[in-house]
Amino acid sequence: MIEARNLVKNFHDKKRGEVRAVDGVSFTCQPGRIYGLLGANGAGKTTTLRMLATILEPSDGTAIVAGYDVMKEPEKVRRSVGFLSTATALYGRLSALEMVEYFGRLYGLDEATLHKRIDSIFARLEMNDFRDRRCDKLSTGMKQKVSIARTLVHDPSVMIFDEPTVGLDVMAARTIIGFIRECREHGKTVIFSTHVMSEVEKLCDNIGIIHNGKLLAEGALAALRERYHKQDLEDIFVEVVEP
Amino acid sequence: MSLRNIGIVYRKELTDSLRDRRTLVSMIVVPILLMPLLTIGMGVLSAKLIGKAQEEIPTVMIVGGEDSPVVHAALQKFDGVNIVPYSADYKDEISNKQLRAAVEIPAGFDAKLAAGEPMTVKIYMYEGEIKSGFAVQKLQKFFDDMRDAAVRNRLDARHLPESLIKPFDIKQENVAPPEKVSGALLGGFVPYFVILLSLTGAMYPAMDLTAGEKERGTIETILCSPVSRTHLVLGKFLLVLTASVVTALLSVSSMAVSFGVARRFLMSMSKKSDAEQILQITISVKSVMLVFFMVLPLAVLFSAALLAIALFAKSYKEAQSYISPLMIVVILPAVAAILPGTELNSKLALIPVLSTSLISKEIVSGTYHWNYIALIFLSSCVYAAVALTIAVKLFQREDVLFRT
Repeated sequence: MIEARNLVKNFHDKKRGEVRAVDGVSFTCQPGRIYGLLGANGAGKTTTLRMLATILEPSDGTAIVAGYDVMKEPEKVRRSVGFLSTATALYGRLSALEMVEYFGRLYGLDEATLHKRIDSIFARLEMNDFRDRRCDKLSTGMKQKVSIARTLVHDPSVMIFDEPTVGLDVMAARTIIGFIRECREHGKTVIFSTHVMSEVEKLCDNIGIIHNGKLLAEGALAALRERYHKQDLEDIFVEVVEP
Repeated sequence: MSLRNIGIVYRKELTDSLRDRRTLVSMIVVPILLMPLLTIGMGVLSAKLIGKAQEEIPTVMIVGGEDSPVVHAALQKFDGVNIVPYSADYKDEISNKQLRAAVEIPAGFDAKLAAGEPMTVKIYMYEGEIKSGFAVQKLQKFFDDMRDAAVRNRLDARHLPESLIKPFDIKQENVAPPEKVSGALLGGFVPYFVILLSLTGAMYPAMDLTAGEKERGTIETILCSPVSRTHLVLGKFLLVLTASVVTALLSVSSMAVSFGVARRFLMSMSKKSDAEQILQITISVKSVMLVFFMVLPLAVLFSAALLAIALFAKSYKEAQSYISPLMIVVILPAVAAILPGTELNSKLALIPVLSTSLISKEIVSGTYHWNYIALIFLSSCVYAAVALTIAVKLFQREDVLFRT
């Protein structure tokens, strides 16, 4: 479960001065459901998700993630969260196995549990052929699998995906989309940001439209269609951000 | 404080760094190759050059003295120099290194010498030029001998003893133990390299572990793991420190081996006792260990400072441009300590790098000023602690970690 409560993030920018990247965002994501955060570039999606993952600290407001307050217990939040984005790269000089082992150990898993978990994940994702190959020698698809294994190794109850398919080819993107669905099937709470309408239509149970740091509309796709009297999500999006 | 997490980060960074060619080169290859190259290479080269300069018979011109055939003939016969025919532009020739020196014989030299009249022989030379200097030494010796012979003849003629003009002899004798002599010669040199290499050894891993992570996009990956930022920076710091210490250790060991080899090599190839003396190094194990101990807080200071500076950079390249000036900041005080006459005092003892360089110079030469040693060690520890605190604090700052 994720509960964002009036999240605010201010940045200091040399040229623009004080910038409010996220401005009072509140929403709730339920377990076993996918919440899609839809917005243009610079709308505040990444900043919101980074605050949920405790990579950034909110300037105001807070969020409860997997039962822990991001302000008070950030380390416990991180233990319960799997975070994946195109910015979360792999250590090129480590092998696929070493990469997942490293994170498993940081998540506090003991060696026996860690290796049992790794064996099962590597088998499921068909990673055993390249488990000892260095990450910088892997194809994009293989790298995606290692990243997925990295986010799954501690079996988190909450999954945060920040534009996970940006820059990926069709096949690699399909792997990720399939993985996101699988997370829902396993009853995890999933939040996922994108600016690709078709991904949202395909995947999301709930949609939040974010623009200039503010959450302007929220609801299931059907509810949004009804509210704005439009079928196409793109038309709904334009209507919301430019009324 | 979870030592387990710091250990996990450290082990991972160690594996990672040992697979990075740049780190390996700066940590292992440079100290192992640089030291023999510097000591053997420079030693052999300078000994060869000096030997060659000494072997050369310098060309010398005689100016004037046509009315003194005796001194002319003696100079022509003197095999220490090669007399060339007179030409009016001898001063230019000396400046252009075509001629090593010229000697001006005053008018009526032979006659005045016989009559015991005072006069001055002038030698023209190129100040600071080594070959011209050797020519002057030889001419000086020639005229000294000639003067001594004249004095002896005059005393003999008057039946007076030689001790009349030389009532006593002066003799120099070295009482400093050999390690102090070699320490004075090499005292500044050894710590200078240890300090410099402990900096260069830390440079690449520091950049790789901070700016490198930002550039490769792994910083966000590691920040979403539950490891605290303090543990993360401490694990990274320990790795940078390891690289720094290993580099310094290897450079010292490599230097010791190179000196041993260089000495044997020089002794076998040259008869010159000078070369032998220069390389007659006796630096005790105790002093090397103590130098190392003194450099340790400096290595901590370097590692933490480099981490903090490199973390600020967005990319490897930017980090390099921040860190290059730091090299000069470190080299200047380290060089200042090598300069002759720089002596330790309580004010200098508080200047990082310079103080360590100065005290190490003393330690290498076998002088142990324990008050200063304690003061410098403690002050270096304070600087190191401050630098480490800054590095840890910087790692908590979002505007530094996500600088765009």
